[in-house]
Formats: sequence, structure tokens, C-alpha cells
Amino acid sequence: MTELHQFIQNHGLALLGPQWWPLVWAFVWTLVKIILLITPVMIGVSYYTLAERKVIGAMQVRLGPNRAGFYGILQPFADAIKLFCKETLIPQGAKKAVFFLAPSLTLVPALLMWAVVPFSPELILADVNVALLYVLGVSSLGVYGILVSGWSSNSRYAFLGSMRSAGQMISYEVCMGFTLVPVIMLSGSLSLKDVVESQRDMWNIIPLLPMFVIYFISVVAETNRSPFDLPEAEAELVAGYFTDYSAMSFGLFFLGEYANMILVSFLGSLMFLGGWLPPIGLLSFIPGLIWLLLKAGFLMFVFLWIRATFPRYRYDQLMRLGWKVFLPISLVWIFLTGLGMHLFGKA
Amino acid sequence: MMVADLIFYMFAAVTALAAVGVISSRNQVHSVLFLILTFFSTAALFVLLGAEFLAVLLVMVYMGAVAVLFMFVVMMLDMDVTDVRQQAINHLPMGLAVGLVILVELVVVLSHSHATHTETTAQPVSNTLAIGRALYTQYLYPFELASLILLVALVGAVVLTLRERRSAPKRQDIGQQLARTRAEAVEYVQRQPGEGA
Repeated sequence: MTELHQFIQNHGLALLGPQWWPLVWAFVWTLVKIILLITPVMIGVSYYTLAERKVIGAMQVRLGPNRAGFYGILQPFADAIKLFCKETLIPQGAKKAVFFLAPSLTLVPALLMWAVVPFSPELILADVNVALLYVLGVSSLGVYGILVSGWSSNSRYAFLGSMRSAGQMISYEVCMGFTLVPVIMLSGSLSLKDVVESQRDMWNIIPLLPMFVIYFISVVAETNRSPFDLPEAEAELVAGYFTDYSAMSFGLFFLGEYANMILVSFLGSLMFLGGWLPPIGLLSFIPGLIWLLLKAGFLMFVFLWIRATFPRYRYDQLMRLGWKVFLPISLVWIFLTGLGMHLFGKA
Repeated sequence: MMVADLIFYMFAAVTALAAVGVISSRNQVHSVLFLILTFFSTAALFVLLGAEFLAVLLVMVYMGAVAVLFMFVVMMLDMDVTDVRQQAINHLPMGLAVGLVILVELVVVLSHSHATHTETTAQPVSNTLAIGRALYTQYLYPFELASLILLVALVGAVVLTLRERRSAPKRQDIGQQLARTRAEAVEYVQRQPGEGA
């Protein structure tokens, strides 16, 4: 590996000279790292869709997709090919440029956030010291794709649906933000790496169990998942902001949604479940990456479990839960965390 | 250094072009989208300066909250463009005056601050910590005052929009629903033909 690296460095220097080569190398190397990060995420997204159908199938005593490949393992590719081959319909009077911009506006923030996710103390694309704030900030940009898609479709249903979903996302972002404050207080840092390392003695879920529950429910609402999947309520609400989308521009919304679900599962396990730290010291021979994947995988499973279990919320119930239940509880818990830190001398 | 310069000019150009887009596009929603692009590239400029905390705050507060509300209002209101244009022309002298004042200030400040430029970027502590320290020690009273003003504004907004309801709103009371029995909910009536209910 080092030989290969040396080989590339030497030839690059000879080819471009000492002035340009380091710049080009830095650029190319960053691109390679980004590709190495995004590719597993995209593969994860495609297989998460299959896992969802299989898991829910099993919970409802069905088989799930089992026609494409062994046990249906080629199903995600079949879906992708179908979406690519379908005709892209543009509604009459749609604002074309914005109409095609909107799906990318939901997908891009979902991918941008992966930049700061640490998979182990070394395996991290950008170790920013404001990582948690970055995640909060970038996740709040996802709402634009929703607002803009509903508006540009030139349809009342899509417009109302986008207003509904945007309201939902903004409300639950507030809850999510407040559940992160005690985590930041306990670790004393905004860097995700420090947040994990500060949980070496005790995972954050122990002192912050209610916050973890609120965090998880908030991200379920934030990613528009069942039981808060009002945009997907095609039976009673004519779906939502993507009613008028078709083919791949429709698929991009779902790529964004699933990338977001995987991301918040990783963030949840990093912030509350100790990230790559093993539950007891004895098990530390298992690599940290495996622990992180296990924890995130469990949270991803809970997403599907919830979907197969609970009926859909009504919109007013959803809003009441966010503003009148979760927000006061998290505000009180911030004070309690401060009090506990003061009493136990952790500050 | 050269790459940083290149990236700076790129984002600066995007900021300037997007700002022009805000005031020149005919569609208000496009204007807001350009405004968001302006915020975003300004945040990128902050990152280039090494002020990642400010950059992230800009994204969070302006792009994540303020501009979303702008977007809501602009989408809901069906504004007449010509009317807005006329108003913009009416406000032109005032706007030019404000812009001129800011330009003069910038020129004055920038022409004096060349000597201190390099030392501001090299900080011993991370700038999140530095901002926190400054806010909660040196500027504690102004900071608390600012939060008090925000609180007053918050309460004011609630008071302005709070309306007494004439009749009690219809709410679902699950206990009441479950307490109903068949006897009080269902009535069996027998009508003769042609009599009506």
C-alpha cells in the first residue's frame, strides 16, 4: 500500500512538478474519499429498501419480494432500472428549472451530512469541531426541497402537501435540536468524535434516556416516516409534495429519505449509544466499526418495526405531540442535566 | 494559498451574482431561492476565513429558519410584481443612501485594518470556545439584554396573534368518547311511511 502510494507520488511529481502536484493530489484524494463514503451509503440505501420490504413482509407473515435473484437480492436494481426507464412527466404550468432542482435539494443535504460522521476515531472524512451544529444546520436545509417541489408542481394538492410536510419538519427540528443540547453539555464539545469518547465510562443513553426516546421519535417525524408519514398518505391526503413527480425525480426524494434514515440511525448511535465503544470492556476485541454498524443497524430496524406496528398520526395530533409534549420535556431535561452535572461535579 | 484565493473568488462571485438575482428576478419565489444561495455562499466565505462556528450559525439560523419563513409567506401571498416594482422604485433613493453609508464604512474600516488582518485568523483556542467566553464573560450584560429583547418580541408576537375564541373549539376528548354507552348513543325509532324523521 505504501509502495503504491510512493509510486503515485513520484510519478505525479514528475508529471506535474512540485508546484501543482500537491494541489491536484489533495483534490483527487478528497474526491476518492468522498466516493468511498458515498458509494456504501448508496448501496446501503438500496438494500435498506429491500430490508424494509422483507422485514415488514415477515412481520405481516408474507414473503416479501423474492422473484429477482436469490431471495430477491436483485430487487433494488430492478427498482432502479424501472425508475430510470419510466417516462418523466412534467405537469402543465410547472416551473421547470425549480421542478427539477427540488429532488436534488432533498438528496444533497442528506449526503452532505455524511461528511462529518465518524466511523471510528480515524475513519472520518472531515473532523470539524462544530460537527453537531453542522448536522443540525444542514439537516434544516432538507425542508427547501419539500417546499419548492410542492410549489413548482403547479398543483393545489402538492402545494398543500408541501406546506404540511414543511410545518412538520420545522417543528420536529426544534425538538431534535433541543435533545442534542444535553448531549453537548455532557461531552463539553461539538465534535462528534469527542462526544463518543466522553461516553467511555457511561453511555449517554443512561442519564439521557428520555432525550433518546424524544430524539428517535423526532427523527422519525423529521424523515417523514410512519407513523408520521403524512406525505405518503396517498389514500386519505393524496400523498404530499411529490404527487406530481414521476420516474427518477420521484426516486430521488426516496433516496434522500432513506439516506437520511440511515444517517440519523448512525447519529443516534454515536450520540446516545456510545458509537464505536463496546458495551463492556471484555468485548473490545471486536472492532469498533462493527459495534457502530450493529447499533446503527438496530436503530434502522426499529424504523421498520415502528412502521409495521403503529397506525398513522393525524396532523393535529402530530403537531400537539411535538410542541406541547416533547418541547417542554426536553427543556426541563436540559435544566435537570445542568443540575445533575452541578451536583455530581461533572462540569 | 492560491487554491484558497481561487475558492474565495468563486464563492464571492456566486454571492454577488445571487444578490443581483434576488432583486432582479421576476418571480418572488426565485428571489427567495437566490437569497438562500447568497446566504449559503456567504457561509462558505466564513469557512474560508476559519470562522466555521459563524458559518454554521448562518446556515442554521438564516437558511434553516428565517429564509424558510420568508419562503412560506412568499408562496402563500400572491403578490403583484408590477406593484412591487413601483414600490422598489419609490424606495430607491433611501436604499441607495443606506448602501452608500455601508460602503463608506467598509472602505474606512478596511483601509485601517490591514495590519491586524493576519493575527485574527491564528487563534490559540477554537473559535466556538472563544465566542462563548467572550459572550458569557466580557459581554454578559449586553448578551442577556439581547435575549430579553428577543423574549419580549416573542411574547409580543404571541399577544398580537392570540385571539379569544367566541365558542369553545371542538376537541377530541377520548375519555368522553369511551365513556359513551350504547344506550345513550343509539336510539331506535320506528316511523310510519310518509311521516319523515
